[in-house]
Amino acid sequence: MRHSRAIDVSTGLFVLLGLTAIAFLATQISNREFSLGDSSYRVQAQFENVGGLKTGAPVKMAGVTIGRVEDIVYDMKLLKAIVTLRIDRRYDEIPDDSDTSIFTAGLLGGQYIGISPGGSEVYFKDGDQVAFVQDAIVLENLISKYLFNQAEKESAAKAAEATPQPEAQK
Amino acid sequence: MSVVRDMLASFAGFFARVGALTRFFLRLLWLTPSGLRRPRLVVEQVYNAGALSLVIIMTSGLFVGMVMGLQGYDLLSRIGSEDSLGIGAALTLLKELGPVVTSLLFAGRAGTSIASEIGLMRATDQLSAMEIMAVDPMRRVVLPRFLGGVISMPLLTAIFVAISLYGVQLIGVQYFGIDQGQFWSEMRGAVEIEDVREGLIKGLVFGLACSLIAVFEGYNAEPTAEGVGRATTRTVVVSSVATLVLDYIVTAILL
Repeated sequence: MRHSRAIDVSTGLFVLLGLTAIAFLATQISNREFSLGDSSYRVQAQFENVGGLKTGAPVKMAGVTIGRVEDIVYDMKLLKAIVTLRIDRRYDEIPDDSDTSIFTAGLLGGQYIGISPGGSEVYFKDGDQVAFVQDAIVLENLISKYLFNQAEKESAAKAAEATPQPEAQK
Repeated sequence: MSVVRDMLASFAGFFARVGALTRFFLRLLWLTPSGLRRPRLVVEQVYNAGALSLVIIMTSGLFVGMVMGLQGYDLLSRIGSEDSLGIGAALTLLKELGPVVTSLLFAGRAGTSIASEIGLMRATDQLSAMEIMAVDPMRRVVLPRFLGGVISMPLLTAIFVAISLYGVQLIGVQYFGIDQGQFWSEMRGAVEIEDVREGLIKGLVFGLACSLIAVFEGYNAEPTAEGVGRATTRTVVVSSVATLVLDYIVTAILL
């Protein structure tokens, strides 16, 4: 074949271009900042309400992703949601009295678990139970609480208005 | 009665064709190791199916991306979340649009050329001549073209998606002024490596299907000018339908 060298060159260019594109997609576009390998440990937390938390949601400490939510199940005996967190081995010195809460990223963003460190000298290890948890904030509850307070205030104000009047008549 | 009989006959014909296609596929798989031992032939076909499709893939990719940029921006600005353009475009392109459009273009550009080439070899008795010379046309002609297509498709898909994202970026960031950092970081935050894998798996599956259909139709073409034309047409039609059906199946499995 006369043109075989030209064919080799352009095929090589094509293959390299394709592999570059794959590498670009795999590293630049996708979220590789965090991938859990075998080197991770699990802790469990019990929540009254997990809100919109989903499996795969990030577990963050000071805003840095240190793990992912592996599993969410409802326990019929405890009447609570059991959330299993998988945390990277690199972060194995988290005080065992740390506070675990469910936060929302942005106003309408996805929910994630935030851990704020406590002061204990004992660290979480595989299979531990988180002692201090704070439930997800459910918008409906907040609104109803606000409305309820408002109604209470109004009725209190009315009552305050109503009571002095008989005194004035005297 | 004769209508029913005709229908039954056409059904039987369809099943027979699917059966023949399956047999053809298994035979190709059986021959694949011996085909890989002659890489020169495969490289030539990677050049024909892949490198020569590069121009159409890149041009189409750029324009698909730019249209997505325009439409996506218009749509998202109505609900006030233009910054999510990157996420929407990246996921759509990686998971659906990239593999499917690449496959349709591949069927039109490379599939037809493979089918008509092999069909013409059949029509001009080149395949029979090879058999007389004790050269197996399945190994010498069909298998390298099949493997070349299978190797090319995932690479073309990746190139298509990368170029399209550049097109989206061109419109979203350069033209409409979405913040560059936000565009990329939101995209990076939402796209998982599984999404990339899904796109490449689809590219591979579509590549297998389109290449198989092209070589099958070409090899079994009627040895006339009309027959070769019909084989080429059927390659495009069957490949396109197969792409869309397989897309549904693969998505249902991977999701």
